[in-house]
Amino acid sequence: MIVKVGIPRGLLYYDYIPLWKTFFERLGAEVIVSDATCKQTLDHGLRVTVDDACLPIKVYFGHVMNLCGRVDYIFAPRIVSVERRSYICPKFMGLPDMLRNILTDDEAPKIIDTCIDLSKGRGLVDGVLETGRHFTRDPIKIWWSYLKARSELIRYRKAVLAGQLPEQALTKKVMNHEPAELSVAVLGHSYNVYDSYTTMNLIKKLRQNNVAVLTAEMVPEPYIERELASLDKKELFWTLGKRILGAANYFHKAQRVDGIIHVASFGCGPDSLVGEIVTRQVRRAQDIPIMELNIDEHSGEAGILTRIEAFVDMVKWRKGL
Amino acid sequence: MKITFPHMGNLYIAITGFLEELGVESVIPPKPSKAAINIGTTLSPESACLPLKVNIGDYIQALENGADTILMAGGVGPCRFGYYCEVQKEILKDAGYNFEMIVIEPPCGRPLTLLSKIRKLMGGASWTELYRAGRMAWQKLLAVDEIEKMAHFIRPREVERGSTSVIESKALKLIHSAKTLTELKEASYQGRKAFSALQVQEDRDVLKVGIVGEIYTILEPFVNLNTEQVLGHLGVQIERMIYMSDWVRANIIPDALPFLSSEHKRTAKLAKPYLNHFVGGDGLESIGKSVEYSYRGFDGVIHLFPLTCMPEIVAKSLLPTISSDLDIPITSLVLDEHTGEAGFITRLEAFVDLLRWRKAKGKTVANS
Ligand code: SF4
Ligand code: SF4
Repeated sequence: MIVKVGIPRGLLYYDYIPLWKTFFERLGAEVIVSDATCKQTLDHGLRVTVDDACLPIKVYFGHVMNLCGRVDYIFAPRIVSVERRSYICPKFMGLPDMLRNILTDDEAPKIIDTCIDLSKGRGLVDGVLETGRHFTRDPIKIWWSYLKARSELIRYRKAVLAGQLPEQALTKKVMNHEPAELSVAVLGHSYNVYDSYTTMNLIKKLRQNNVAVLTAEMVPEPYIERELASLDKKELFWTLGKRILGAANYFHKAQRVDGIIHVASFGCGPDSLVGEIVTRQVRRAQDIPIMELNIDEHSGEAGILTRIEAFVDMVKWRKGL
Repeated sequence: MKITFPHMGNLYIAITGFLEELGVESVIPPKPSKAAINIGTTLSPESACLPLKVNIGDYIQALENGADTILMAGGVGPCRFGYYCEVQKEILKDAGYNFEMIVIEPPCGRPLTLLSKIRKLMGGASWTELYRAGRMAWQKLLAVDEIEKMAHFIRPREVERGSTSVIESKALKLIHSAKTLTELKEASYQGRKAFSALQVQEDRDVLKVGIVGEIYTILEPFVNLNTEQVLGHLGVQIERMIYMSDWVRANIIPDALPFLSSEHKRTAKLAKPYLNHFVGGDGLESIGKSVEYSYRGFDGVIHLFPLTCMPEIVAKSLLPTISSDLDIPITSLVLDEHTGEAGFITRLEAFVDLLRWRKAKGKTVANS
């Protein structure tokens, strides 16, 4: 019988899905990704999380619930760090523990909770082998699968760098857009920016307003590094925050965009500080407008729409359109 | 150079002790109050955690009082505290203040920068003077902790309500104003003496409750709405998960001295069945200590943290399981600038009622 591995469509899904999917498939497992976020996902998530948790955590738990009963394993690694001297977020560090706390049923899928901590520059090999060992004892096969998976990831990231949204890059569908009159950077954690349910179709709405959308994942890593290095600030220690801060500065300085929207979950720890730095910097320069869009489970679609439209009007007005 | 620093409970006593000994002038911000919170919340990002906001209030009041340098601790993540300094700098700059900020970072990997910062603080002082200042600060910390622990024990047993707090604040004042180690010893002695002379009711049925949670919230009585005192008056003896000297031991004294961090390892081990990894801040400690309090037969645990505090949200998600596994009532209480005192105290009282009821029930069960 083929082992079924469930991957929740939340948190770092948009950053790593080609890697994870290919890896497990190469190891002979069937991969089931949870359904796209919808009202039910959120309702399920709300039921099993504390109300203090941020929206992405609630949504993630909803995705896990969506997979229960359909899979043998759920891949929910403890992603402490994916690069030197940086972390993702304390909540990611406690994720498998919080999951185990709710998946107490004997029938519940097992959690693959490999700890990935590259903050000291090592640990990748161990992490890969440990994950693979659930499926085979052959380390060479595991590593080989990983290498294949990684090349899928690289291909995917290249497509995103070239300006495709993850959804397109994953389905390998190339879409052509009408030439837009404005461009706006939508910056935030990938699980917010690319989840059209929680952001209430932010990207689509912008495009309908004739706005081209750029995201942080479309900025090459070295540019981000360069921007961060040029800041007169202590080194930031959140990977996702670094990307937002670096991309904001890049777009801003290179005059690539006419406005910036920072999307954050309400109550997000890292973003409350990173967002503050970004906003203050852009406002001080007084050249392009910036909007903070905080989302949570209570955000109403109408309110967001009005804010987006007002923002687009403002961008147009500043540009003299 | 006139140095100021943020408040956290009675930490100012140790810091001023340190700076005085170095011969550096300091400006202590007024104790946190509504004023500090109001200043802090108007200027800070709304979703920042409470300590950042109160810090801003502290700084601004001190800068208005003539301070020109801010002394602040740093950090290397994963929690927000390590990046407070940068955000606070921006906020204060935009508000039009001129100042310098000295951020003391943990020495990992960069001992030289730490050294240069200490040099800056030292001014013209010599290394011997630095050693003396460090010793003074440490002794003051120990003295403060001793007084606080005594107060925790005696308050629920006092005969005259409020008498413990009077002695406590007198003793702390003496410790604060002690200029030499001899004076400090004398101050501690006076405190102990006053406490032992206090009239107490030995046989009072006292409940034991552990306080766990985010360090700032549990150490700063203004933001926790005087939880310790309120509980004491309700006949509850408390033990805090963190005393300041423990914190300094764990954070400033490097891991190179492993015998000192064994306490931390023990807590992590207790937490393991529920939380198997460090989660930043004090989250792991909150879990481990809750388990410990249950093993030690405490009647309950109160978990305090500021709204949106990440490590403690992880902890809060796990505490209900500990509570049912180990049969100990645990309540999580969230604090922010909008928390109303009356409502908060009602919740504490309700929790204490529950504990009393459980204890009484437990007794009848045992007797029958
Ligand atoms: S980074 Fe922010 S949004 Fe993401 S899990 Fe942490 S607190 Fe939530
Ligand atoms: S531990 Fe909590 S209060 Fe402290 S910095 Fe982190 S999130 Fe803020």
